[in-house]
Amino acid sequence: MTDIDLSVDVGGLRLSNPLIAASGCYGYGVEYADAVDLSTLGAVASKGLFLAPREGHPPQRIVETPSGMLNAIGLQGIGVHRYIAEKLPELRRLGVTNLINICGSTLDEYVELARILSDAEGIHALELNISCPNIKEGGITFGCSLHGTFDVVSAVKKVTHLPVIPKLTPNVTDVASIAKAAEDAGADAVSLVNTFLAMAIDVETRRPKLSNIVGGLSGPAIRPIAVRMVYECRRTVKIPIIGMGGIASAVDALEFIIAGATAVQVGTANFVDPFIWSKLTAGIEDYLQRHGVRRIADLVGSIDTSTREKEWVSS
Amino acid sequence: MPLDVEARVIQNTRLSPDYNVITLAAPEIAAATKPGQFVMVRPGHGSDPLLRRPFSVFEIIRSGNRVEGLSLLSKRIGATTRLLYEAVYGDVISCLGPLGRPFEPVSSPVEAWMVAGGVGLAPFATLTEVLQERGTKTTLFYGARTGAELFYLDWFAARDVRVVLSTEDGSTGERGRVTGPLEQALQGTDAEVMIYACGPEKMLEAVSHLAGRYKTTAQVSVERVMGCGMGGCYSCVIPVHETGGGHHFVRSCLAGPVFTAADLVWDHD
Repeated sequence: MTDIDLSVDVGGLRLSNPLIAASGCYGYGVEYADAVDLSTLGAVASKGLFLAPREGHPPQRIVETPSGMLNAIGLQGIGVHRYIAEKLPELRRLGVTNLINICGSTLDEYVELARILSDAEGIHALELNISCPNIKEGGITFGCSLHGTFDVVSAVKKVTHLPVIPKLTPNVTDVASIAKAAEDAGADAVSLVNTFLAMAIDVETRRPKLSNIVGGLSGPAIRPIAVRMVYECRRTVKIPIIGMGGIASAVDALEFIIAGATAVQVGTANFVDPFIWSKLTAGIEDYLQRHGVRRIADLVGSIDTSTREKEWVSS
Repeated sequence: MPLDVEARVIQNTRLSPDYNVITLAAPEIAAATKPGQFVMVRPGHGSDPLLRRPFSVFEIIRSGNRVEGLSLLSKRIGATTRLLYEAVYGDVISCLGPLGRPFEPVSSPVEAWMVAGGVGLAPFATLTEVLQERGTKTTLFYGARTGAELFYLDWFAARDVRVVLSTEDGSTGERGRVTGPLEQALQGTDAEVMIYACGPEKMLEAVSHLAGRYKTTAQVSVERVMGCGMGGCYSCVIPVHETGGGHHFVRSCLAGPVFTAADLVWDHD
């Protein structure tokens, strides 16, 4: 079997493969252009864009925790206008599939961002950041309520032809009900999970290790929780899911896909290995070959939860 | 373009109970490294420790004309530096680089004054080699807590570097901070001087103020908590002055680690 097909369709966002660089973990993409052929990625999710530039939090912005990383960057960024003027032309030239992550303090800001970006050339979908745990205003306040999620998704859907993909927070009682609210509002897909609200303290000085006191936890430490949340959402909504949370190998990516994710995002692991993409692709292709699955799309949500007799395994 | 090399440990010399110099077989990275650039290293392959850590390249290791690898000067303070201290011949350490903005070397008649605090000695071996090629008159002001933590003195002396030592306990050289002898020298010279500094941020701040007071320029190599080294994570930011007042954060992995001292905002956080 040679003609493995890795392409997927995420609610109208067509990807050559299911691997997406996660927002906030890949700069604006251009930072990696010297090291990686960005057109070989399924897509690049931009760093979260506000209308205006933002300074972000003072250092210290990250701290490593067991098998994880805690961050409170505070969405430092150049704003949408400079992004379109300074980054997008280069990304277009490089043939990048651009998933633009947008953040607002108010519903009107999301709408305005969606309008502006819908008029720009070379943008393939919008990811609505309604889940950043590190800024006080907006964002997560939408993502933590059913009404807030519904309202922001419906408002953005009204002004854009692009696929709209809200990115959900795990810091809620029931993420599947939030996904359902997004689906009811017309979302083309959902992506999950953003980071888990967490903190770390230096006991010698009794000071928080992050300047923002609390931050978002990512990395392998959160992976089993994220897989469970993708699985729960898969059982609740029909729209495609982009899964993420601690993916660091092909096996990890496959776990999310089998749980129900049509595509996956990789964030923290890219910090450790910027050349991870070709390794993930090779690992996924090898898996599909071994299992006689030609299309990765056929693997999505293929988890087998039936009860059956345990097979005899010789030891 | 940075390279990622699974580098074998060729040698690991423990200089003291805390300091070691570890030599890695990463000739491709070593050959491309300019003074002041850094590598992101990761000993081990599990997820603890998870992230790479940044290290200035210490020496380019050559055998005749052939580049064999690079060394890192490390001080044991956390999980990664403990693994680097304990590594043995043949261990494999992931090494990504070279990364970042290098020092800009000067030529005669300008003199090069290197100011090192503790493990901040690291970028000055490669800088010395480039300065010697240019015939630049070079001085190293080198401070540590105690004389037992001053290393490679013969290495620098053998390359015609004037070495001025200071220790906080007075066991070797002048008692006190490295900025003491630096200020005395600045008072006593008529030469045009370029200062290169690497060490604790408070030392860099003091050097920066001295450079301003004595109307000379300083290039400082900063160390901030860094996640990726590639510009992806925005962790390692440092405030720089904006024209017309104010400041903004830049990523020290891309805009640095070497900065012109006067560009940095020292009293920000």
